[in-house]
Amino acid sequence: MTTLVASITVSHYLAVGAVLFVTGVMCMATKRNALGVLMGIELVLNGANVNFVALGSPFLRSTTLGIDGSLIALFVIVLAAAEAAVALAIALNFYNNHITIDVDRAEDLKG
Amino acid sequence: MTLLGTIDWYAWFFGLFALLASVFAAAVLLTNNIVRMAFYLTLSLGATAGLFFLAGAEFVGAMQLMIYVGGTLVLLVFGVMLTAQATFIVMRPRSGEWVAALLAGSLLLGLLIATAWGVRPWREPRPTGALALAEGQSATAVGAALTGVRVDRLGDPAAPEGPSRTYSRSGYLFPFLIVSVHLLVVLVGAAYLARPRVEQPVRAEGRSP
Repeated sequence: MTTLVASITVSHYLAVGAVLFVTGVMCMATKRNALGVLMGIELVLNGANVNFVALGSPFLRSTTLGIDGSLIALFVIVLAAAEAAVALAIALNFYNNHITIDVDRAEDLKG
Repeated sequence: MTLLGTIDWYAWFFGLFALLASVFAAAVLLTNNIVRMAFYLTLSLGATAGLFFLAGAEFVGAMQLMIYVGGTLVLLVFGVMLTAQATFIVMRPRSGEWVAALLAGSLLLGLLIATAWGVRPWREPRPTGALALAEGQSATAVGAALTGVRVDRLGDPAAPEGPSRTYSRSGYLFPFLIVSVHLLVVLVGAAYLARPRVEQPVRAEGRSP
């Protein structure tokens, strides 16, 4: 039990969070399907959650965020669910009105 | 058996879950098929739940599996099914966008990873010794903090006297209420937004406004 977490540090978790965040940002930038953009947002929120949980983990550091990290991660999960519901409603409305889901075609508000 | 005992199982499972989460996140980015994107996202988020379990946040891991993988992604899959016309299943991004996104993404990734290893307390492992699995955060403390009671800080000798002591022991009751009402309002609003358009029949004998 003494060598439980001898080698894994907070930095390793932060690196995984960084990979999830960057892939999410690139999804948001490159996808043309509105639902693909939504999936990029989910990946970004999940990368942030990995960071919160890692900084609150009692196994990785002596002084941590404690359960505040877990609680903020829970709030992020709930907000992600709410955001997905609204974004999906907007995407469906857009699809019903324009018969397409391509975000590049959404240029009604272009000046 | 001695061979099994020498393996650092924590690092092994961390590497497994981290690899699964990263590889399937990259697969979400690289595939152009929207149905496969949804499937890879499910696997990536499930592997992240494994990382939460390993970090000692069992309650968050369970909620990740229940709310995220079980709820939010089902919502996304419904959206995919409702809009999956043949022309929208595979949509390729323009190659110029790919180059710009790859450049910006690799720069951002390098910056974030350099930051992750740039802070000394983050890259130094916890001194081994009096550490046991039972030190993980229990769901009781999390649930009590949501109702406004910080069970984990009751015996905190470092907390100062006075008003700030009360503050350091206050929980998350108000944010919990806010987020509950927010979720309710948002779901009602989403149902209103996504309702089908019903053409109102024009009545011939209707009163003039």
